[in-house]
Amino acid sequence: MEFYTISLLNGISYGMLLFMLSSGLTLIFSMMGVLNFAHASFYMLGAYFAYTVTSVLGFWAALLVAPVLVGLVGAGFEKYFLRRVHKFGHVPELLITFGLSYIILELVQLVWGRSSVDYRVPVALDGPLFTLYGTQFPMYRGFMMAVALSMLISIWLLLTRTRIGLVIQAALTHPEMVEALGHNVPRVFMLVFGGGCALAGLAGVIGGNAYVTEPSMAFSVGGVIFVVVVVGGMGSLAGAFLASILIGVLQTFAVAIDASLMSALQTAGVMLTPETFGYALWKLKLSQVAPILPYLFLVLILIFRPKGLLGKREG
Amino acid sequence: MSFALELKDLRKSFGKTAIIRGINLAVPQGERVGIIGPNGAGKSTLFNLISGRFEPTSGDVLLNGQRLNGKKPFEINRMGLSRSFQITNIFPKLSVFENLRCGVLWSLGYKYTFLKFLADLDDANERADELMQMVKLDKKKDVLAINLTYAEQRALEIGITIAGGASVILLDEPTAGMSKSETSRFISLIKEVTVGKTLLTVEHDMGVVFGLADKVAVVVYGELLAYDTPDAVRANALVQEAYLGSSVADMQAGGH
Amino acid sequence: MSSKIYEFKPFNVGRVVIWTLFALVLLVAPLVFTSSLSQTMLSQMGIAIIVCLSYNILLGQGGMLSFGHAVYSGMGSFLAIHTLNQVSGGWPLPVSLVPIAGGLSSMLVAILLGWVTTKKAATPFAMITLGIGELVWAMSLMFPEFFGGEGGVSGNRVAGAKTFGITYGPQIELYYLIAVYTFVCTGLMFAFTRTPLGRMLNAVRDNPERVEFVGYDTQKVRYFAFIIAAFFAGVSGGLAALNFEIVTSEVVSGYRSGAYLLFTFLGGATFFFGPILGGILMVLAFVLLSEFTKAWLLYLGLVFLFMVMYAPGGVASLLMMNLRVAKFGHLRELWVSYLALGLTALVVLLGAAAMIEMLYHLQLNAALGPELSFLGGTLNSKGLNSWFGSAFIMLTGLGLFELCRRQFAREWGQIQESIEKEIKRMETL
Repeated sequence: MEFYTISLLNGISYGMLLFMLSSGLTLIFSMMGVLNFAHASFYMLGAYFAYTVTSVLGFWAALLVAPVLVGLVGAGFEKYFLRRVHKFGHVPELLITFGLSYIILELVQLVWGRSSVDYRVPVALDGPLFTLYGTQFPMYRGFMMAVALSMLISIWLLLTRTRIGLVIQAALTHPEMVEALGHNVPRVFMLVFGGGCALAGLAGVIGGNAYVTEPSMAFSVGGVIFVVVVVGGMGSLAGAFLASILIGVLQTFAVAIDASLMSALQTAGVMLTPETFGYALWKLKLSQVAPILPYLFLVLILIFRPKGLLGKREG
Repeated sequence: MSFALELKDLRKSFGKTAIIRGINLAVPQGERVGIIGPNGAGKSTLFNLISGRFEPTSGDVLLNGQRLNGKKPFEINRMGLSRSFQITNIFPKLSVFENLRCGVLWSLGYKYTFLKFLADLDDANERADELMQMVKLDKKKDVLAINLTYAEQRALEIGITIAGGASVILLDEPTAGMSKSETSRFISLIKEVTVGKTLLTVEHDMGVVFGLADKVAVVVYGELLAYDTPDAVRANALVQEAYLGSSVADMQAGGH
Repeated sequence: MSSKIYEFKPFNVGRVVIWTLFALVLLVAPLVFTSSLSQTMLSQMGIAIIVCLSYNILLGQGGMLSFGHAVYSGMGSFLAIHTLNQVSGGWPLPVSLVPIAGGLSSMLVAILLGWVTTKKAATPFAMITLGIGELVWAMSLMFPEFFGGEGGVSGNRVAGAKTFGITYGPQIELYYLIAVYTFVCTGLMFAFTRTPLGRMLNAVRDNPERVEFVGYDTQKVRYFAFIIAAFFAGVSGGLAALNFEIVTSEVVSGYRSGAYLLFTFLGGATFFFGPILGGILMVLAFVLLSEFTKAWLLYLGLVFLFMVMYAPGGVASLLMMNLRVAKFGHLRELWVSYLALGLTALVVLLGAAAMIEMLYHLQLNAALGPELSFLGGTLNSKGLNSWFGSAFIMLTGLGLFELCRRQFAREWGQIQESIEKEIKRMETL
């Protein structure tokens, strides 16, 4: 029983992290039509910046400073590079963010090295939040969920209650009209892009020390958030939320389960040997399959519900 | 004898907003219909419903007696219906000749083959040449479509629309953005190339409509107000009421 | 710079000449570059040319941005090497046909996965290919029986019947096999662009909505093109399996897919021969540039970035634009500007490279002390002089480059205008 509860909570906190990342991606995509291939790279930057700032100023300063830094990098990129390719169409925009992901990766490795860095959970947050039937639920996970939740609520408030939020919503579908009304749409784009990147950076700050901080972290989480966005339905924040939680929970459960089809058959009395056809498939443990579950999910969704869980438009 | 195009109590709503509110229309073969109505009346939506871009919320669309509901655009095209677009929809990076040739390939049965060379397809090449002559673009055979003038692009668009030999042609504001002289030339072009076909044209230029159409259909707020000869429509009180202002004078004068 | 699209339309005589030249180059290259490194590189270039051309069926001709093409070249490699091992075990298949087996197996994978992949277009398509690429790569780690686990799968290309005494043992023999495949595959892929499916693929790229209204199912067009591209990718993979005699799961990695994208784009996706340049550049970069400097990936990323911004048609488009200028007789007016641009760019590069190399040196070779040799001189990566000097050179170079660039842009613009006037004049004749 406790396994399910703890795993569920862990899964939800991982899912919230995924949502922090995929929401930024979805906002940028809905707003500017650009798929930011380097989004996970900004996540990585957030973690690394936080690592450095923590060693100088402490974790709480890092929580504030690192996302801002990442946001500035993102905004700068939008202004000086992304904007120039806007006129060529969406494919070149995607390509330039693709190039950026390479460059960020190389620069990170250049500055911080190719192996993982020791970015740790601060002592104040290390330890159990509560103990459930003998298993601990880490305080830090709770902290992660709290940060993610408060961030997302503030964004929702920003978009729906403030003037700038309304302008952003309008520019989402009618950028020319908004510009004709006198708003500085390029500046709004820059803000949104920078904001989305800052969000990714914040995810990096709180995720980098819970999980490992290393150069390949962008690549490994990058694939999953693209899956989340497609599965949730391109351009749908609610869909991204649903997909993030689902995938987060699914993967967390799968990783912890060591059962395989073979062991399931064994309990039914059927014994399989290495000679059995497809043995390689039967003996796979769910925990081994866990990394590909999001992608399997993607393929299934594409076959049975191509516009995604809550997708409104056809891509 | 089945009608070329039949709309039976056609309705379309987007969410709670009803755009098309029950249209009944039966267009016989070979008739030319001009569709007029104020902006936002649902004329483009009507075209999109017929051509398969949207699915009707209820009601039927019948092409030569066959139901079109829910079919994909290419299926509908293969059944004999073709359309042009309000915003020019051609293949910008292909030449004029290539544009037209693309329009005929399926109708000549070439499908997805990659085992024949385009240069060897005599019937396709001849037909493309023919079409070029018809839309008077034969001097610009190898010019990339993106480099044509606006009027030439619209002519090319018509060419692609009729290329496949469809029997029912939908033209969405074909003369949009053209000058007076270009418009009258274009109308004669349309008349020439759509001989024998059933034609539905959405137009705002009343002169065009009254000069080209056998019948006029008036669509206002998603409903069909009138479907009659141009003169009858002009005199129709309901239509006059719906069209307040200068358009009334337009209609009474038979154009600008 | 003007953003018009140009078409490569040589006369028929010209076409025969070009293909003959191509065949000659393939034939003669290893006799001119005789070192074993050259022969290895030439072999790899042939393989790269085929896979980049196959990638461009998707990217340049179909407008389909795929982040997972390595799945198809990689599966071709794996199935080819398994086939090769069967040949060693007694199957009567000549080694020279093993790459075809690779191609056919990739085609099968594409038939299976392609329908789902091509359900969407543009950006969603790109993400789906990414997802499926990750899926296959992750699966390659789960099934060591097929994918060989950490050590991969090895084979021996000296196997089976030896026709005319050719064993494919020596590199030069394998090179000529690769050369034949390269010539034939290039020819076939070129022919494809002149078929109905090839042309409709272009139409789908330009205007998918219109395509539906001339009677074609755009998804089917993309699906079939996807399968054909996968076939050639598989052939390339099969040749790679023969060349390296070992296949590891790296061949289906996202990293490799990214390389295909990068170099095909760099070579030029808007012209047929662009990916040929791309394939050559890919091998040069991986084999030579990586030896030259540890910062090669960074340079590559930067070059790619600037290409996307200023020359999205790649090297091929730059060549063609200048050929057009030459055809109209204006090229000599530009040579001074080009020289100035080149020199200032070199200065910028020197300064930037010095700083990058010092950074890399600090990071990777710190144990060797702070000094490193750079183009014949020494730099002190911890010395302020070196840093200031490099920064100064780079910034001065940047300033001068910008000045030259503005002048060049002005001249280029004027030339383009006069060319366009000339073209209009010729059209009315």
